[in-house]
Amino acid sequence: MGRFITSRMRGPWTLFKKELLRFWRVGFQTVAAPVMTALLYLLIFSHVLEDKVQVYPGVGYTAFLIPGLIMMSLLQNAFANSSSSLIQSKVMGNIIFVMLTPISYLQFFLAFLAAAIIRGMVVGACIYLVAMFFVDLPLAHPGWILTFALLGSALLGTFGIIAGIWAEKFDQMAVFQNFVIMPLSFLSGVFYSIHSLPPFWQQVSHLNPFFYMIDGFRYGFFGTGDISPYISLGVVVTCFFALSLLTLRMLKSGYKLRG
Amino acid sequence: MIPAINIQQVHQHFGDLHALKGIDLRIEQGEFFALLGPNGAGKSTLINLLAGLLRPSSGTLEVMGFDVNAQYSQARHALGVVPQELVFDPFFNVREMLRFQAGYFGHGRENDAWVDEVIESLGLTDKAHTNMRRLSGGMKRRALIAQALAHKPPVIVLDEPTAGVDVELRQTMWDFIRRLNREGHTIILTTHYLEEAEKLCSRIAMMKLGQIVALDSTQNLLNRLPGKKLQLKLSAALPFSLQGLVREQNDDGYTLALSAPAQLESILAELRVANVAIEDMQLIEVDLEDVFVDLVGQ
Repeated sequence: MGRFITSRMRGPWTLFKKELLRFWRVGFQTVAAPVMTALLYLLIFSHVLEDKVQVYPGVGYTAFLIPGLIMMSLLQNAFANSSSSLIQSKVMGNIIFVMLTPISYLQFFLAFLAAAIIRGMVVGACIYLVAMFFVDLPLAHPGWILTFALLGSALLGTFGIIAGIWAEKFDQMAVFQNFVIMPLSFLSGVFYSIHSLPPFWQQVSHLNPFFYMIDGFRYGFFGTGDISPYISLGVVVTCFFALSLLTLRMLKSGYKLRG
Repeated sequence: MIPAINIQQVHQHFGDLHALKGIDLRIEQGEFFALLGPNGAGKSTLINLLAGLLRPSSGTLEVMGFDVNAQYSQARHALGVVPQELVFDPFFNVREMLRFQAGYFGHGRENDAWVDEVIESLGLTDKAHTNMRRLSGGMKRRALIAQALAHKPPVIVLDEPTAGVDVELRQTMWDFIRRLNREGHTIILTTHYLEEAEKLCSRIAMMKLGQIVALDSTQNLLNRLPGKKLQLKLSAALPFSLQGLVREQNDDGYTLALSAPAQLESILAELRVANVAIEDMQLIEVDLEDVFVDLVGQ
């Protein structure tokens, strides 16, 4: 495919390719490990709750859980891809190799974003393939599945770029991972429907963008969800554009990257 | 002809620190130019500004006629920078890194022959498929130089390229850099090894506390300090009457500064009168280090 790239586009294309290779070279850590983690969640929760909980009529708990697990892993890995690459490059100093090149801030953004989307989608697809051995998942609206998978990984990939630019050491990155990404993904309805929560926590859940991504994604499988997929789409698209604008402003100003 | 580098009235502030105080500098195409100065003089800040890693508080910088901020794409195409720090990407091998670096500048497979030439010229052929993290310090330095050259820039900045590098690599590296200079590349060098600058560079700028304190041809700078140096190893202490000529004193003896060779006669006479025997004596030329110490005071 590289041969069809023009000289002008070769810079960001190369950066994208390098980012892909970077995570692919450590595939056990970046793809196999999150698939394994999701599989363990699936085994434990489905074993404990399959016969006790039915969230949607006619949908077993294991089937309900799988889309949530796929989306949670997809989001976490899209975030991890851009954030870990940037913080590693900054700490090791090799970010300078990109900073010295004519790659524009927009091209830089798109290359990191595309690589994060691919990693999120690969991890998500792998979990889906493994999960097919456990339960026969319906595919009510594949278009919604793909839309929310792409938008979710794009949103978290963008958030990862912000975190990667802002953080100056691994400790600061751990704050993002453990105090932002983890709570938001665990409290988003991966393991439950928000309708099972008290009214106050239902309202709180509506402030969590992860809830919309997971609910919209799940709607694609079952044709039913906690809210309309169009509302979820609106929220996710708005968040993606807001974070993208913020990221582009940071990159354009050279914030924490150019002196 | 458009200058390779044109810097006009560049000021750089870091909070209260006025790191660069109105730098004006023009480097012509094809020059082998040295930028010298003690730590904290502002050399690296100036290089970072040229490379677009910093934005100047005021003033303009151009590489091959392109403003480094307004026309950053063209300016960066024209510039290759070897950073001072030994940085590398641990995920890739030498050849991959060079291909990536060339790719960032828009080069594809058509550039592979040049990448191979750079690898060979810097003695990296055996290590081309070795992961960067497995290279020794010297080899990493070679790879850094190769990365800066991967897109074949007309202007090459080497920021302390021989720091911690063995003699063999220095020789290989300078042979290659000299060849690039003969082929028309402009070379800008910062180094703490002043003998390298004296041997290689046709023009030198000396910086101190954010200002250029001297800018001249290497020969003119050397001519600034007339005379020679006299190294003496004596049987007893140097007579008091000659103490004013002492430039340096250590276990091996004294180094005296002579304003003219004729002064030698009177020094020998003074030693005879004081009954001090000469155990060893050497008359040597003033070098760049003497000029540097004289101008920069370190």
